[in-house]
Amino acid sequence: MRDVLHRFGPATGALVLGTVALWVILLVVLPQLFMIDMSLRPNLPPAARGGPDDVWSMSNYVTLFTNDLHRAIFWRTIVSAAAVTILALVVCYPVAYYLAQEVRGPTAAIFVLGLIIPFWVNEILRTFSWFLILSRNGLFNQVLMGLGITAEPLNLGGVGAVMLGMVYAYILFMVFPLYNAIESLDKNQIEAARDLGASWPRIHARVVIPHAKPGIAVGCIMTFMLAAGTVAVPQLMQALPGGTNARWFTQIIYSLFFDGGDWNAGSAYAFALLAACIVFIFVMMRLFKVGIADVAK
Amino acid sequence: MTANRVLGFFIGLYLCVFFAYLFLPLVFMVAAAFNDSRFPTMLPWQGFTLDWFYGFDSRGRAIGLFQDARMGQAIWNSIIIGLGVIAISLPVGLAGALYLQTIRSRAKPLIYGIMVSPILTPGVILGISTLVFWRYSFGVGGGLLLAMIAQSTFIAAYCMLLFMARLERFDRTQEEAALDLGASQTLVLRRILLPYLMPAILSAAFIAFLQSFENYNTTLFVIGTQDTLTLNIASRVRLGLTPAVNAIGVIMIVLTIVGAVVYEILRRREARRSAALAG
Repeated sequence: MRDVLHRFGPATGALVLGTVALWVILLVVLPQLFMIDMSLRPNLPPAARGGPDDVWSMSNYVTLFTNDLHRAIFWRTIVSAAAVTILALVVCYPVAYYLAQEVRGPTAAIFVLGLIIPFWVNEILRTFSWFLILSRNGLFNQVLMGLGITAEPLNLGGVGAVMLGMVYAYILFMVFPLYNAIESLDKNQIEAARDLGASWPRIHARVVIPHAKPGIAVGCIMTFMLAAGTVAVPQLMQALPGGTNARWFTQIIYSLFFDGGDWNAGSAYAFALLAACIVFIFVMMRLFKVGIADVAK
Repeated sequence: MTANRVLGFFIGLYLCVFFAYLFLPLVFMVAAAFNDSRFPTMLPWQGFTLDWFYGFDSRGRAIGLFQDARMGQAIWNSIIIGLGVIAISLPVGLAGALYLQTIRSRAKPLIYGIMVSPILTPGVILGISTLVFWRYSFGVGGGLLLAMIAQSTFIAAYCMLLFMARLERFDRTQEEAALDLGASQTLVLRRILLPYLMPAILSAAFIAFLQSFENYNTTLFVIGTQDTLTLNIASRVRLGLTPAVNAIGVIMIVLTIVGAVVYEILRRREARRSAALAG
């Protein structure tokens, strides 16, 4: 604090400190604490708030784990998000590796631009483009009917469609961290391993992947967090024929807030989702032995 | 063919499939905006039309995107929110970056962790916590103002990272020299630090606006009864889909691609310039 006042003078220094304090307190810390506080209180009519019944309890969390439907949707959301993450990692690793290590010069620059452009296109539109492909009159059904595989258009909605949309919407959040991590690997290390007779799988297992660990961790954390926490993709994909059963946990939270008016239960569910993401971050950091400074770059 | 060439062939094929996967869905979506069909689909192709941008159906009803007043309002709201987010996130991000560069506290990693935590938090959580806090502490309900605040929680962190990346290469002896020559600390900030940060300020403004304009998950919880462009697109998909949605998509994609290319060119030019200065 004294450093800041010393460097910028009392007036500007106080402005810098004040702005930072307001941001951290009003925008980051207090809202989260309020949400947790809210999640521990019962849903009471306004007149009863602050009264004798307004005491902390775990009842909203208990509801989440005793309501069979909500619990099932919670786990399905977490498992699907993890599956989306693994799928994205498997699909992206070869692409990131070849663009970072094997392709050179202007070709590489064009490829990277080819990754950057779709990255800028927003989540809703990317999801919508897959919605169109899977819709009743969409390309997928037309191809199936054209090939005579089916006579009537199929209902393609469901959990699978939501996951397809997610992989498409978030795949570039996996590619870039991987690419950046692998690109910083000195080519000579790969050459040396090859000259010493290491096989391809061995080079990847012992040289490339250990080097790319922070990138893998960041890509997985981002993809998981986006997939578990999105309401855009499931909301859109649910409009597909046959998609009404593919409800996502974020949609339950949304309807608690805006259809049910139970902000307390909504807050508890939101915190449960946040806790799942935090657990995932710690598991990844443990698994890939990276620190928080490597992750939040 | 040697084993290497077989491998090379499969890798090339894989890259082709991957890029087709990235681009073709977007191409189909764009093409469907120009198809003279009631459904937003590229096949069967029924002829080129611009009716989904501006046109009338056989009964004379306006069907085009530009004839839709609700859409106009939604775009306006998105722009206002985006400008508000710039106004909040840039000063906050800048203050955060200057603060972190200056302090030598042992708590620095913790403070840094708290500051960047919104980037790793799901957007819906940011929206919910902002709504709950502002509603019960200040009586501020969902609306444009709350959308600006909620989005700024994480966009400010992005801006801070951009500023920090540039500050890392800042030579603090410049600052000391100016102070030795009698400049005030405020003058140093205004005449040395801010001009040095200008490229980062511009890219932060661009990123902040784009992030805000595209945001859905956070906005959904804090927007109240208002509408934004992304919310409007999503509600159109759910209730009565026409190729006018694709027309919005075309415009947004064209704007983002132009923006992204300009941004990349400027960024690379700037990177080359600083590399040349450093070398």
